[in-house]
Amino acid sequence: MKAVEVRELVKDYGRFRAIDGISFEVNEGEIFGLIGPNGAGKTTALRVVATLLQITSGSVSVFGYQLPQEAAEVRKIISYLPEEAGAYKNLTGREYLNFIAKFFGEGEEFQNMVRRGFEISDLGDRIDDKVDTYSKGMARRLLVGRALMVNPRLAILDEPTSGLDVVNAQEVRKIIDNSVAGGVAVLLSSHNMLEVELLCHRIALINDGRIIAGGTAAELKREYDARNIEEAFVRAIQ
Amino acid sequence: MLGNIIRKEFKELFTLSTLLPIVVVALVFGFVGQMVGNVEQRIEERPVIGVVDRDEGELSDIAMSVLAERAEVIYEGGDAGEGLEEVREGNGVALLVIPETFTENIYANSPGEIEVYWIMRGAGMLDSISSGTLEVLMQSVNQEISGELMEQDNPLDPALVLDPTTRSETTFFKGKEIKGLSPGQLSGMLISQSVVMPVVVMMLIIMAGVAVISSMGLEKENKTLETLLTLPVRRSHIVIGKIVGSALVGMIMAAIYMIGFSYYMGSFQISNTSPTDFGLALGMQDYLLVGISLFVALLAGLSLCIVLGTFAKNYRSAQTLIFPITALAMISAFVIMFKDFDTIPVVLKALLFAIPFSHPMMAVRALMLDNYWLVVGGIVYAAVFTTVMIGVAVRIFNSDRLLTGRAQKIAGRGRPLWGFRR
Repeated sequence: MKAVEVRELVKDYGRFRAIDGISFEVNEGEIFGLIGPNGAGKTTALRVVATLLQITSGSVSVFGYQLPQEAAEVRKIISYLPEEAGAYKNLTGREYLNFIAKFFGEGEEFQNMVRRGFEISDLGDRIDDKVDTYSKGMARRLLVGRALMVNPRLAILDEPTSGLDVVNAQEVRKIIDNSVAGGVAVLLSSHNMLEVELLCHRIALINDGRIIAGGTAAELKREYDARNIEEAFVRAIQ
Repeated sequence: MLGNIIRKEFKELFTLSTLLPIVVVALVFGFVGQMVGNVEQRIEERPVIGVVDRDEGELSDIAMSVLAERAEVIYEGGDAGEGLEEVREGNGVALLVIPETFTENIYANSPGEIEVYWIMRGAGMLDSISSGTLEVLMQSVNQEISGELMEQDNPLDPALVLDPTTRSETTFFKGKEIKGLSPGQLSGMLISQSVVMPVVVMMLIIMAGVAVISSMGLEKENKTLETLLTLPVRRSHIVIGKIVGSALVGMIMAAIYMIGFSYYMGSFQISNTSPTDFGLALGMQDYLLVGISLFVALLAGLSLCIVLGTFAKNYRSAQTLIFPITALAMISAFVIMFKDFDTIPVVLKALLFAIPFSHPMMAVRALMLDNYWLVVGGIVYAAVFTTVMIGVAVRIFNSDRLLTGRAQKIAGRGRPLWGFRR
């Protein structure tokens, strides 16, 4: 079964067309990257799959559940990490993980989720400090931990390393990679072409609301005779 | 350079959010001021009364002449029942009955009693103005008779000469006959219902409303809303959770506020009498109705707040959005403090009924006077209002509205963009 199937997806905001008929699939245990410049339509596509936005036309299904009809079922198996996500500032890191885990499990399952979130975020003793006191990198690690601790079948990650320094970004990439080893499908967006090349099994290049090319990093580089994905992207939009 | 700084400061500070509270407060004061203006007019008006003079003696003639001169007497006859009916139909204030022995009693060194049958129409602070005017007039009657007695060479008790009349008072108020109280005394006794309840409800709505609208603003400002909306929880549970959580916060804050306010109001308690002494007590069923009325009104207010809160872009804009709620709560409270629901114009009545949180403000007074229809009707209305508003809020939570915000245009591209990131 496909983790995500998007067919001819169109999303309009009033008279403005943000996504113009894109189609792609994400397989189980795969990291699929949507890459493109700011304003290309990556976040809108992710928000649609994450049940946050309505579909103008086309179809979207997640593990066979159709959107928007089965949005409630989809929310049980996904975990979404927005690019500019925050946590409740009056809670401690541990309280925040507890709050989220309560929506997904009870008893031992709940305890395991929180333990996993604690491990992924790797905040040590600071887990019991208020989120308000965290640095940007610590807050992001907490949020990545929150997104992956609930054992989602599909993790939707919008710019997962946004605003992080090199060390923290590498840590987060490792966490995502390890999650896939556990069977999670990942749909992520990034405008960091190098990151996508390192992390994703398959990539779709998106520009101005349309997918202009797709495949593995090696296929795209070969197709556009490029040394890296960044070069392939530039050639693709020319 | 200085001008540049001043312009920047002015633009930062002179915004809709700073201007709106002042405009709202000015409007509320204007509204109250207009009501006070009408009061001045009513004070100047002669009170409309009926008089039954069964004495027809020398001193009752003095009383009659004073009353005829300074009041509008619409009934003058011998039948108290008929007089009372005419006063009631003629929108009068009271029927005065001077008993047969009035003059005789005074000359026998006993105070002359005047029976006053008040027709009270409302228990608001401004509703007893006409009766207050008549009370002043009756003091004039007392003074005129006192003056006459001073001119005569009678061996009367000097205390009686200075104060020769007394009053026995009965007030008819919304079908109840309350003996021993004038409308002024009754209003004083009901001051806690006239002032405390509206203020409690107003504070509760404002405090809880601020909490719920701020919560929406904070969700957006702290970027937690998107995560919340993708969790496996019903939208209706998110809406109800926010309403109930805010209601609890609002109640705690309002309770703290009211502890201080109740001490403050204690100093204004005019009468030592209790409503219970006059058959105006509330039973368990009444208290239950007041509780239900307060609860559904709070839910109604907060469900309206959460709909408004969906328009909040951040914490600061959320503070602006509370002002329509503040204005409605203040208008309800001020109107109910000063006027009775039954004595206000129909348009104002409709407005007051339409504001769901005005109902608990009126509930205690209405139940004391057995006006169950107003209270039960208010509860039903507030419940329907809450259901509709929660439905609207859930619909908004299910739409793109929360994330996309309002329409705007991309500079230089001439096509609309709905305040979103692509």
